[in-house]
Amino acid sequence: MAARQNLRFLLISVRHPTSSMLVFIVRRLAQAVLVMLTVALVSFVLFQFVGDPVTNLLGQDATPGQREQLRRDLGLDQSAPTQFVRFVGNAVQGDFGLSLRQGRQVSSLIAERLPATLELSLVAAVLALALGVPLGVYAALRRDGFWAHCLMAVSLLGVSLPTFLIGIGMIMVFSVTLNWLPSFGRGEVVRLGAWSTGLLTADGWRHLVLPATTLAIFQLTLIMRLVRAEMIEVLRTDYIRFARARGLTNRSVYFGHALKNTKVPVITVTGLQLGSLIAFSIITETVFQWPGMGLLFIQAVQFADIPVMAAYLCLVALIFVLINLAVDLLYFAIDPRLRAAGFGEATVP
Amino acid sequence: MSDAVTSPGPLRRFLDGDLWYSFTHTPTAIVAASIALACIVVAAFTNTLAPHHPFDLATLELADSRLPPAWLPEGRSTYLLGTDDQGRDILSALMYGSRISLLVGLASVVLSTIFGVTLGLLSGYLGGKTDAVIMRICDVMLSFPAILLALMIDGVGRALFPQAHDALAYAVLIVAISAAGWVPYARAVRGGAMVERQKEYVQAARVIGVSPLRIMRRHVLPNVLGPVMVLATLQLATAILIEATLSFLGVGVPPTSPSLGTLIRIGNDFLFSGEWWITVFPGAMLVVIALSVNLLGDWLRDALNPRLR
Repeated sequence: MAARQNLRFLLISVRHPTSSMLVFIVRRLAQAVLVMLTVALVSFVLFQFVGDPVTNLLGQDATPGQREQLRRDLGLDQSAPTQFVRFVGNAVQGDFGLSLRQGRQVSSLIAERLPATLELSLVAAVLALALGVPLGVYAALRRDGFWAHCLMAVSLLGVSLPTFLIGIGMIMVFSVTLNWLPSFGRGEVVRLGAWSTGLLTADGWRHLVLPATTLAIFQLTLIMRLVRAEMIEVLRTDYIRFARARGLTNRSVYFGHALKNTKVPVITVTGLQLGSLIAFSIITETVFQWPGMGLLFIQAVQFADIPVMAAYLCLVALIFVLINLAVDLLYFAIDPRLRAAGFGEATVP
Repeated sequence: MSDAVTSPGPLRRFLDGDLWYSFTHTPTAIVAASIALACIVVAAFTNTLAPHHPFDLATLELADSRLPPAWLPEGRSTYLLGTDDQGRDILSALMYGSRISLLVGLASVVLSTIFGVTLGLLSGYLGGKTDAVIMRICDVMLSFPAILLALMIDGVGRALFPQAHDALAYAVLIVAISAAGWVPYARAVRGGAMVERQKEYVQAARVIGVSPLRIMRRHVLPNVLGPVMVLATLQLATAILIEATLSFLGVGVPPTSPSLGTLIRIGNDFLFSGEWWITVFPGAMLVVIALSVNLLGDWLRDALNPRLR
């Protein structure tokens, strides 16, 4: 796993303080910029070579004069690199032009859909963490117990089932058979300025239960298995044995010493998983007809709506890059060994 | 030394080998392999095995639409697993669907293996700038989940060829799935190639003037293929699931030849009117295929890993 390798690199760089924190961060920043430029280039190529923007804007029966005028106004007569620079400039300001299918500003379309996706992903992430960590600790402490074995078996199934089947299964059980929960849409939403939220109404929460659970299940099983593995590993170490020898209570050993030391890998993986939640929400949103960005993107793919696709591509890449960077920086906040090395280098001439 | 001891044939050697021994002593592997084999046989002989021709419009009877499975009160024995809204036999559709899912999955795995192994070999054997460039690409790819990459590439492909006919749609899909999946092969092969490059037989080959391409292909490649087999098996399950997901989202195989994912998508519309069988059977089939291939891959990984012995 890439995150693990980064961590290893960091620990190595602590031991050889000449190449340290700064080098690492600069390297990660360079990689982030590289990713964003690649994605921007792909989006730009899409804009350039798929369809004719002039025909898209003017329609089929414009005169050659009008077309030439628009071509100049849009800057399409300039060289490709110049156009790419302008494309990136516009993209940075959030301007991706008009949606081909809906004829509206792409930025406003996305702004409309963003709250739905973010609320869904955040609730799913909280759910996965709030259940995954305790279950993982439980499975590690009662390693040979009956329930721990059940948990592991179920989690194996959770990892192998595709998200959309879990969603369909949820709908079948809780909406069709039991008729407990609604199966599509966001329900009643409250507008807070530009942000529309479903978290303030009971109806909104009822609509959120099934999609959020569906989205959370995969991450939940992943976190649970990870916490279990890390806990088992940590419990074998000498300092845990020493803590026991000092006569500390089980509670203090498990939660004060053991759990604390599983934090770095858990936060790394969880942080990276937050990004994939937003990606996987494409599937969940389709199953539950959740009006978020994912649904917008899938419709854009089906209708070859390039501006929307390009904007979504760039936005998701940006979210991923930011999350990766944040996780990298979090290492320094969590792991005192790294922090000490960083400061040490800064103060020693 | 005399040549009295004749070396055994390849089959004999395989049956005496560790791999076969481990296989016959792992019940999970035997069950998983039998199920996978059954799926492959059914997929290969669908034309003769399937009771109906679900995609031949002439044989469809609208009067037979939405029949439940045979064991339910209104079911008919001619349609063992019931029919969908257009009177297509679910069992036959399932067989044809599995065939398409397996074929797309296999093709994607083959393509991504070729792609990944080639890049990994170049990267590990040549090193230097080639290595740096290829590994940076891997890093970028790894920052996104495979399903998202496949979806993006598929979306871009669809946008590039808007009026694509069926064959091209398949090509776009397969390229998208394999482009999202080649990185693990490249990393595994690169690691192996870097180790092999240092060994004496490679240096000997270099000294007598064998060309680098030939060294890579004939000498290094056979020695780094072990992990590739395991990866390919595990990736087959992933590829099948990605294909199913894309088809479920409506951007996968063309609707005229539905895969399992397409069948689930079709059935999804009938959940609320009570026709559960249109979705449930393709869904179950997909899980069975993915799970058996996954278990087989897990077994292979453990059996080939010398550290676990």
